[in-house]
Formats: sequence, structure tokens, C-alpha cells
Amino acid sequence: MTQAVENAPAGRPDCPDKPASLAIQYRRFVFWRLFWSFVLLAVLGLTVVVNITTGPAGVPLPDILIGLVRPDALSKATQVILWDVRLPYAAMAVCVGASLGLAGAEMQTVLNNPLASPYTLGVTFAATLGASLAIVFKIEIFGVSENYVVPACAFVTATMATLLIQFLARVFGATVNTVILFGIALVFALDALISLIQFVADSDALQQVVFWTMGSLARATWEKVAIVSAVFALCLPLSIRHMWKMTALRGGEEYAESFGVSVQRLRLMVLLRVSLLAAVATAFTGVIGFIGLVGPHIARLAFGEDHRFYLPGSALAGALILSGASIASKSIVPGILVPDGIVTALVGIPLFLGLLIGQRGRAR
Amino acid sequence: MSLLGVTDLTLRYGKDIVLSGVSFPALHPGSMVGVLGPNGVGKSTLLRALAGMQSYGGEITLMNEPLSAVSHLRRTGLIGYLPQTPPQGTSLVAYEAVISACRAVRPDLSKRAVEAAAEETFERLGIAPLAFRALSKMSGGQRQMVGLAQILVRKPAVLLLDEPTSALDLRWQLAVFQIIRDTLAEQGGLCLMALHDINLALRHCDSIALLCDGGVLSYGPPKEAMTAENLRRAYRVEGRVETCSNGTPIVITDGVLAGGAGELR
Repeated sequence: MTQAVENAPAGRPDCPDKPASLAIQYRRFVFWRLFWSFVLLAVLGLTVVVNITTGPAGVPLPDILIGLVRPDALSKATQVILWDVRLPYAAMAVCVGASLGLAGAEMQTVLNNPLASPYTLGVTFAATLGASLAIVFKIEIFGVSENYVVPACAFVTATMATLLIQFLARVFGATVNTVILFGIALVFALDALISLIQFVADSDALQQVVFWTMGSLARATWEKVAIVSAVFALCLPLSIRHMWKMTALRGGEEYAESFGVSVQRLRLMVLLRVSLLAAVATAFTGVIGFIGLVGPHIARLAFGEDHRFYLPGSALAGALILSGASIASKSIVPGILVPDGIVTALVGIPLFLGLLIGQRGRAR
Repeated sequence: MSLLGVTDLTLRYGKDIVLSGVSFPALHPGSMVGVLGPNGVGKSTLLRALAGMQSYGGEITLMNEPLSAVSHLRRTGLIGYLPQTPPQGTSLVAYEAVISACRAVRPDLSKRAVEAAAEETFERLGIAPLAFRALSKMSGGQRQMVGLAQILVRKPAVLLLDEPTSALDLRWQLAVFQIIRDTLAEQGGLCLMALHDINLALRHCDSIALLCDGGVLSYGPPKEAMTAENLRRAYRVEGRVETCSNGTPIVITDGVLAGGAGELR
């Protein structure tokens, strides 16, 4: 998308031979990035509308539009379908997708690795371990409602894993390789523990654990949407505060240090933020692993790596992918809600490969 | 006024002592010093220490103040350190890379001031046509020029450049030295640069610091610091130091000393 801008003529209309100043050229460059941001936002809005109108109950579109403005105009059953099922489901897709997209983008920058995602440091696996423990051993937590025990356990273990990585990184030096190696070691250890729990689980619990790991938005409620969106709203301004430092970091760690960026400190703060975003999102939906990897790639293709555009762009792309996938999960098999984690992978990966191949083709 | 002072400096790489007892005469505005020496002698480590990015023993002073007492923000404003390798190839365009170098720790700078500084730097370095090209689509030499722009745009008083011309062709090597010389004259700064190209250093630098065996073998004007004997001791190379018709010294090498190049440490 940026290619067209690069090739745009640089002359001023009043003085065709003299190139425009770089600042003016850059404003045109930025204009197109903003334009594509709004396009992405508009498409996201469209997917949300389609998401709300899609479902086995077959509520007509005019009824839904009326119900959004005047809920009382609908029957009680339709009100419940719209306000307690479809809207939280659609909102959860946007919030979780945006959280995972933002988390993946920041992770890829601070670990200087385009393959990094919340999976890399074991956050998702830790959440799965917590959820498995809660399901298999029927854990009860005083003061926590039954519906929230599994997410609470998933969040606690994900946070513990994050703190462990941070602790080890602080003790042994928070270089990229150290952090990634600790993350990989943790992934294997957690995977083994999850397998052990599944091994001792009875068949009912095992089925629940397996379903949880597939990732689903079906458990969405307004309360959960509020928690995920509050965490996102807390993290996004902090990410934006670090956007220039992270942009500078893309040139290389030594360059960023020479500009005065304390790279180790930045990395620790970003990893904490990423872990919080991923842990909360995963705790409520289960494992939806594809978004944190691909959202940032799509944003990079569309907006480059100036983090003023790249970070919000990754959040938008993540929200768009999950919103689209949640529509597909309701539509692939009529009447059945296919887990979103499966759909994001099945639908998203060919789409992503298509984008990459298309980009390579244009580059030739 | 002395911009930079180095007294009895000791530098370690891990547990190993790389350099010890390094002292330079006070470095004044306008100086261009070439830091020469064989591979692994500690040229880059020395520059990193002077930039405040590496722990050290001894004393480094910046504008007559101990470097450790200078605040982080002031230090990074006064010192510009160019790493040895060019910026990595990313989808960041050159203009964004240069602007981010200004804004990374100074987001408070006015947009106009940053844009004006970026414009001037791109023009000065002759890389305006690259401004909106992604770093991933540039050659190593082009990225090295962008890296230099990232340093110069902040107008630091002390330039510490690690192999600034290693990826550049002959024309751009000469251009970069001229640009640095002009920048020092305009801004009243000084420059220390680590170099492997001895003749380039002899031609363009006011002083040479030749490092060897964990210390400074010689320091002074090019003709005095680089002699056939020093060439033998530092590089294990047999050669002569002649004088060009324009008066600059030039090293002509005859070969490696009898017994071979030795071992790379």
C-alpha cells in the first residue's frame, strides 16, 4: 500500500522542477497510512455489523438495527439474543483480537523476531495450564464465582509465568536471546505439565480441557468484555508512550542505546505489558494463537514499522481477523459454533500466505 | 575547553582486560582522531566506553565533568555513537528512522525543529532520494549512510564513529570524511573514529591513536604516530610510510612479517 506513495511525483505544483521538502513528502506518506487505517477501521465496523446479524436464530437485519437503538421494540427473546449473546460475542472478538494483535506487535519489536507472539514466552501455555488445573481438579476460589474460576486460574498462572521470565531475565541479563531461550524452556516445561494433567483427567474433564484449548468466544459476557477492554485501554496509552523508542529499536539494539534508549528496561516493561494483554485475553477465550503472529505482519505490510501506525494497525488487524473468524465460526456449519481458534488458523493462514505471496510478487 | 578527556582508562570484555592505562591528551573542538589497531584490540570497546555504553575503570571527562556525573539525557544529547554495523534492514523508511533517532528520548522536541534537522541532514549527506525507501530495500552502504544520518541529525558535540565507511565505495568514503570535517567546523565538535583503512585515516585525521597489546602504542599527528616500526609491532606487517605529493603520509605494505600473521586473538 505504501508503494504507490513512494512512487508519487515529488514536485510542487507551482514549481515543478523543485522537489517538495521531505516534510511535505512525508505528510503525503502519512496521509496514505491514515487513509488505510480508516479503511481498516471501516472494514472492522462492517465485520462487527455482519457478526451481529449472523447466527442460528435468524433475526432480520431491520430488527437488529431497531434493537440497537430501541431494545424495547424487540421481543424479550430477541432482546436476549441481540444484547446478551451477539453483541458481547462481537465485542469480545474485537477486544481480544486487538489485545492479541497489539501484544504480538510489541513482542516482535522488543524480541527483534518476526516469529514472536504471546506463544513465544509461554504465556498462552501457562494460561492453558491454569485452566486445565481448574477444570480437572475442580478448583474453587473463595469469593470468585464459578464462571470465573477457570479464567482466574488461567490468568494467575500466565502472570506467574511472566514474572518468572522477568525474574530470570533480570538475574541473567535481559538480552533477546536469553529471554527467548527462557521462554522456549518454559513452553516445553508447561506443555509437559499440561499433558500430565490431561493424562490423569477423567473423560469429562479432558473433553472440557480440550475444548478450552481450542479457543472460543462463546463464553463472552459484558463483564468479560469490560475486563478485556479495560486492560487494552490501560495498555494502549503505555504502548503509545513508548512508540518512538520502539521505532528506534527497529534499527538495532546498539543504535537505540546510542540514542539514549535504555533497551533492557524498555524490554522488561513491554514484556510485562504484553503478558498482561495476552494473559487476560487468553484467560477468557482459551487459546487463539494465530492473531498475535499474523496481525503484526498484516500491519507491517500496510503501515511499515513506524510504531505510531504499526501498533494501532496491529491492534486493528488483530481485531479484524478475529472478528472475521468469529463470523466464519458461526457460518461454516449452520447451527454449530466451530471454535474460533480453529477457524482463525484455517481461514487466516491461507489469507496470510496469500498476502505474503502477493507482496513478494509485487516486489519482483 | 576540553570536550573529551581520557585518563588511565581500563576496559574489560567480560572478565578479560581489553585495554588498560589508556590516556589521551585533552581533545578540543575541531579535532578528528583516528583510532587504529588490529582486530580485537579494543577499538569498538573504547568507543562504547566513551559513549557511556560500557563500564570502565579510570576517568573519562565530558566538557571537564566526569562522564559518570553527566545526566543520561545530557550525555546522549552531547555524544553521538555510530555502531560498527549498519542499521538492520526493516520496513522502516529512512526518514522515519532518522526522525525516531531524534524523538526516541526527546519526544518533547517540536515537530518543525525535528523536520528541519532531518531535512538538513538528508541534504548534507546527499541521501534525500532514499528518504522514503525502506531500510530492507537498501544496500549495506545505503543503510550505513542512514545510520550516519541518525547520528548527525541530533547534532552531537562528540562524534564516536565505529568504522563509518566500512560499507561505502571510494566516492562515498571521501564524501563522508568531508561531511564530517564540515560538520566539525560548523558545530565546533570533535570526532573519534575507529578505522581499519590506515591510509584513509592518515589522510583525513588530525591525530592517530594506534592501539596495540592492550594499550596505546602511539598517539599524535599521522606522520609521527604511524611509522614502519609501529606498523610492524601493531599489525605484524612489513611496510613503508611514504609521503604523497600533497604532503599526506601513505602506507605501502610489502607483506606479512616473516613467521606469518600470527594468531587472531
